[in-house]
Formats: sequence, structure tokens, C-alpha cells
Amino acid sequence: MTIHTVVNGRPHDLDVAPHALLLDVLRDTLDLKGAKRSCDTQVCGACTVLVDGLAVSACTYLAVEADGRSVLTVEGLAEGESLHPLQRAFVEAGAVQCGFCTAGMLLTAKAMLSEHDRPTRADVLHYLRGSLCRCTGYRKIVDAVLAAAETRS
Amino acid sequence: MLRPFTLHRPETADEACALLARLGEDSAAYAGGTELLLMMKLGLLRPRHLVDVKRIRGFGEIGLESHLGPRGPSPATAGGANSEGTRLTIGAAVTHRAVERSALVGARCPLVGSVARHVANVRVRNVGTVGGNLAFADPHSDLATLFLTLAASVELVSPRGRRELPLADFVRGPWETARASDELLAAVRLTPWAGDTAAAYVKFGVHERPTLAVAAALRLDGPVGAGRRGGDRIVDARVAVGCVGPKPERAAAAEACLRGASVADLEDAARAASDIAAAGVDPADDLYGSADYKREMVAVFVRRALGIAAARARGVAPATRFPHAVVA
Repeated sequence: MTIHTVVNGRPHDLDVAPHALLLDVLRDTLDLKGAKRSCDTQVCGACTVLVDGLAVSACTYLAVEADGRSVLTVEGLAEGESLHPLQRAFVEAGAVQCGFCTAGMLLTAKAMLSEHDRPTRADVLHYLRGSLCRCTGYRKIVDAVLAAAETRS
Repeated sequence: MLRPFTLHRPETADEACALLARLGEDSAAYAGGTELLLMMKLGLLRPRHLVDVKRIRGFGEIGLESHLGPRGPSPATAGGANSEGTRLTIGAAVTHRAVERSALVGARCPLVGSVARHVANVRVRNVGTVGGNLAFADPHSDLATLFLTLAASVELVSPRGRRELPLADFVRGPWETARASDELLAAVRLTPWAGDTAAAYVKFGVHERPTLAVAAALRLDGPVGAGRRGGDRIVDARVAVGCVGPKPERAAAAEACLRGASVADLEDAARAASDIAAAGVDPADDLYGSADYKREMVAVFVRRALGIAAARARGVAPATRFPHAVVA
């Protein structure tokens, strides 16, 4: 099946099988390795990407569903050499340890910020529930998201 | 990795049912895929055809009474300001996120919106659907437990026509429903509680899916949240317990012992009801805990859910912070 999709601002016409998962198309066809395969069951959040602004698990999302939609991966967050405010906040707060969960955390946080003008700690915690960091660095991650929200307002 | 399949995208329920009838066990209805694709990855299901139901008209809509039915809303229920008697219809392909954000759900069945906000995680809520959740009949479904207290019924369509079935009869056991292989779950219908009802939903667990869930709704003899000037006697109680048994169940005996009790002095009745509810469940030992542990937790959480509902009934801020628990 041919799908037309915009990935990180760039339009693509891709020939994908009905059973192709979005994660594999991103990683193997488009060589975007930011989204990770980890639990493969929508539990951990390491494969999170945004489809039309909504966070989805790319590991359990058919690539054909991205037809006519825009996909954002962590590679599309920065503008050139200039980091996204969330990325800067993660660096400044020391919210990255091994980094495996970071792409998913950033994109989930971006979706959260698009829905909340002034998020509370509870808003962040609610939204990040289901995004797992096995280094257990949650406090700094939440601090970073709140700091990014603060910078924006 | 998924095994190859053909994807069908019918635009009408008739077309979808004809496909299911023709392809039989070789096909599966597909919406969000949050349950189906996991089963397919594990090889537990190996359909060679997926029938996408998301493009079928009405399947993605939330409305009052039978917006999917042949006759549309009946004159008796259309446009009425009183929610009593007017059922809320949620199309099978409506996502949890859409339920969470629906003003109509918020107005007619506010607890349904609150519970939708806590289903799984945001990624699942963005694509997972109400119909998929119910049709999979995972014993750990939040929705099925809550919906039992809202006199829910499901609408099934097939080449033979439409039928409506109480949710309690639709869900037969773990991953087992009364749906025939050529039938499609089109919608679920909920009967909103009367205005003088206070309710709570509490789930507990440390895994992705809850270890147990309790929904409790108390209808009073007067307005809720109005303190001494409001209602106090329970005229109707509904309690449903999910996740611990093979399927979610109403706890009728526990409900009976709550009727007539005062929400200002509910402790004894709540204790009795929670013990009865715990005695009535049919738990199994599994990774979520031993059967004995689950039974004990049912007693604890039925009591807590009733305490929260009673506090809401009286207009008092309830205690809602329990370890590893989510209160809606």
C-alpha cells in the first residue's frame, strides 16, 4: 500500500505492507533510530512518536495509519543546531541518564505541553505515567518538563 | 513482528459484516489495535484479514440513544434536558481520549470521562477504542467494570440484523464474549445515573493493568453534595468489582445491604458490604497476586470506594490518596 506521510516536516510517499509497524518503517526505511523498540507491548513508552500531535506507541501502530498524517520523532525536535526548549531543559536538569527512554519522554512531554498552558506537577506525572525510565531518574525528568513549561510562559 | 495480513477498510457496517461472515475465523475486526496487535505479535491470534471498522459511519460518534439505529433518536428522548431515561451511546471506534474529552459524556456520565482519563497510558488512550476494550473482554478492563453500574448494553450488528445484549451477558469470561464470528460490536449504551447519585471508581495495582477495580454508585433520597440539606439515605446502591474474577461482576448482595443506610454514618454498612463483596468474588492465583490476597484487597477497596462515594454524597472532600491506587 502506498502512503503519503510527512515525517519531521518532510513529505514521503512510501510503499508499506499492511502489517508493517510504524516503528520499523521509521527505523529501517527512514533510518530514524530515535524511537526505540523495548517492551513491544505499549507499556514502556520508548517507541513514542507523535502522529498529528498525539503520542502513540510506534511499536503497536500500523504504518498505514500514518497515511495522510504527520509524524514527529525526536530527530525532528531541534531546529538545526538549536535544541528544542524541552531538550535544553533536559540537559540543564540532568534529566538524561542512559538516554534510552529520553526520546519518548521528550515527545510525550511535548504532547503534554500542547494541551496545558501552565501544567502542574500532577499534570506532568499523569501524562508521563506509562513512560518508564529504568535508571529511575523521574524526579529530574519531571523537573525538566516543568522548567521547559516555565521558560515558555 | 506481525505476520502478513490483508487490510480491509469497509465504509458501512453491512460491508464489514459481510466480510466477517465470508472470511470467518480467518478475520478479525480491527480499530485501535492496542489489544489485537499485541495478541498477533505473540502469535496467539493469526488472522489473515483485518477488517478496519474506523471508517464506518457512526462508529466514531458519541450521542444520545440510538444514533446508530435505523430510527434515530426517539421523540420521547430527543432533546430532553432531563438525562433520566436517555441513554448515552458510545460508538465502538471511539477512543478513550475522545471519551475523556467529550462534553456530552462529561454532562451525562461524568465518572465515565474521569475513568477514561486513567485507562492504561496516554498512548493507549489516543488509539485504543471503547469497542475494542469491551470486545476483547480482558478481565482487567476498566470500562467493563464501571459500565456494569450504568446498566450498559452492547449493540451487535450482523448480516442477520441488529441485537442488543446487556454487557453482563456479552462478557462471558476471560477474553470470551457472546459475539458471533460474523457479528460486529457497533456501540455501547449507558443509562446515566439519576441526579441524586454520588459515585467513585478506584483501581489498585503495580502493573500496567489493574490488580483490582471497584465502581460504586449510591443514589440518595435527596440532592448530593448539599450537606445537611441534601439527601442522606441510600435508596439504590450499585457496586461492581473487576479484575479479580474471570469477568467483572455486580455485587448484588453487597448492594442490598447498603440500601437504607445513611451516608453520614456508613461505616458499619460499608464494612458489611465490603465483606460480602469479598466473599462473592472468584479470584485465581496469578502474577497479580494470590487469590487470598486479592479477596482481602477487594474488601479493603470496596470499603474505600464506598467511603469516597459517601463523602462526595455529603459534599465533603474524600480521602483519595492510597498507595498504588487511582481514584476517579
